[in-house]
Amino acid sequence: MLKSEDVKVLGSWSSPFVMRARIALNIKSVNYEYLEERLWEGKSELLLKSNPVHKKIPVLIHGDKPICESLVIVQYIDEVWSSGPSILPSDSHERATARFWAAYLDEKWFPTMKTIGLAQGEDARKAVIPQLEEGLVLLEEAFGKCSKGKPFFGGDQIGFQDIAFGCFLGWLRVTEKMNGAKLLSEDKTPALLEWAHRFCSDAAVKDVMPETDKLAEFSKMIMAKMRAAATPKS
Amino acid sequence: MYFLLKNKRIYKGHQIMINHHSMDEVKLFGFWPSPFSRRVIWALKLKGVNYEYIEEDLPYNKSDLLLQYNPVHKKIPVLVHGGKPIAESLVILEYIDEVWPQNPLLPKDSYERSVARFWAKFIDEKGPIMWEFYLKFGEEQEKAINNSIEILRTIEEHGLEDKKFFGGDKMGITDLVFGLVIHILVPMEEIVGVKFIKEETFPRLHAWIKNFSEQPIIKDNVPDYSRVVDFFKRRRETYRLSAHPNH
Repeated sequence: MLKSEDVKVLGSWSSPFVMRARIALNIKSVNYEYLEERLWEGKSELLLKSNPVHKKIPVLIHGDKPICESLVIVQYIDEVWSSGPSILPSDSHERATARFWAAYLDEKWFPTMKTIGLAQGEDARKAVIPQLEEGLVLLEEAFGKCSKGKPFFGGDQIGFQDIAFGCFLGWLRVTEKMNGAKLLSEDKTPALLEWAHRFCSDAAVKDVMPETDKLAEFSKMIMAKMRAAATPKS
Repeated sequence: MYFLLKNKRIYKGHQIMINHHSMDEVKLFGFWPSPFSRRVIWALKLKGVNYEYIEEDLPYNKSDLLLQYNPVHKKIPVLVHGGKPIAESLVILEYIDEVWPQNPLLPKDSYERSVARFWAKFIDEKGPIMWEFYLKFGEEQEKAINNSIEILRTIEEHGLEDKKFFGGDKMGITDLVFGLVIHILVPMEEIVGVKFIKEETFPRLHAWIKNFSEQPIIKDNVPDYSRVVDFFKRRRETYRLSAHPNH
């Protein structure tokens, strides 16, 4: 049985995907060593060795075994530390639903949000906002069905779907701030608006959720770097 | 005869509830050339699950039932079990593995499960990139071919390693996902006139193709080869005429 001291997370404070791993470990009360990758300065030897295929964070290192891909990591944590609170629901169909929405967020919704950063001009950026809002309305509906009147997608406690979605709240707020938009709103997504507050205040989440202002500054810096890299040198 | 099977299972220390028993009606909405529904067919056959297959007339004639069961994506495959729909092929495979645990798709060990999930996801994501070459022409095609080779190289070196199957001695989830090679990649290679997986260049993947194709479940459940070639030929021609009139 491996000791908790043998658990490391390679990550970055701004990454929603890293947050998923850390929230899961917090839910299970697992002690771990967190290693911050300074991605703009070059990736560490440990990261390149542990994730040779993608060279990306997060990586969970348990003993000497690296586990990659945030949702794979969360499921691993749920299975290994099985005496702690469950992260995935116990019903097979509910598990499938939770996985479905996690895939939707990773493959459709968040990639759409990322296009705002690369969009040229305010009009292009503003065109993306309705797409994100549409997605959130779907998630509002899903929340109604999955939570069944309880505070979280997972019921009384944070579960897989809460983690998969909630990790994006920091970037969601940055997007709202920088585009003068309201993605989560009283009229379209009232339940999610309240859920977001509960999620961010949760003990397993609050220390790993980045502050919106800090994230906004970081976002400006990245965009400036990306633009500089894309500008042809005369 | 009507069996009420146990609906509780201890699964990696958690109790999983299967709220409708394994004998409830199973339907699969699919499309015969699609690798995404093909892998679900293989999983159901591997586990001996009886199901009704509904062939969707894609892309222009989606059935009302499909749109009702998968309103978010409006895509196949959709598995409907006891009236409840499940969408997204990898989600479906995990669901099938939980409800019908015989001939498991995922290993028991937690770390090995994480490895299997990693590669299933990798191949699922890279699959469409791997076959981009068949709709490209000229220089763009060369670039796409190089991308495919790079992806296969990663799978050969890091994914399969020295195992017979991705799942070890027996097929697992990643094998069913990589299976797109035999009914998608090979026909496309023939149409374009390239060959990726040769014994000299990809010895492990080459051996894997032979082992995988010979499995009875696979052999008996692949779409007709010439029908597939026809289908992709027509698609490529349509694409060429609309996008690249000069090629």
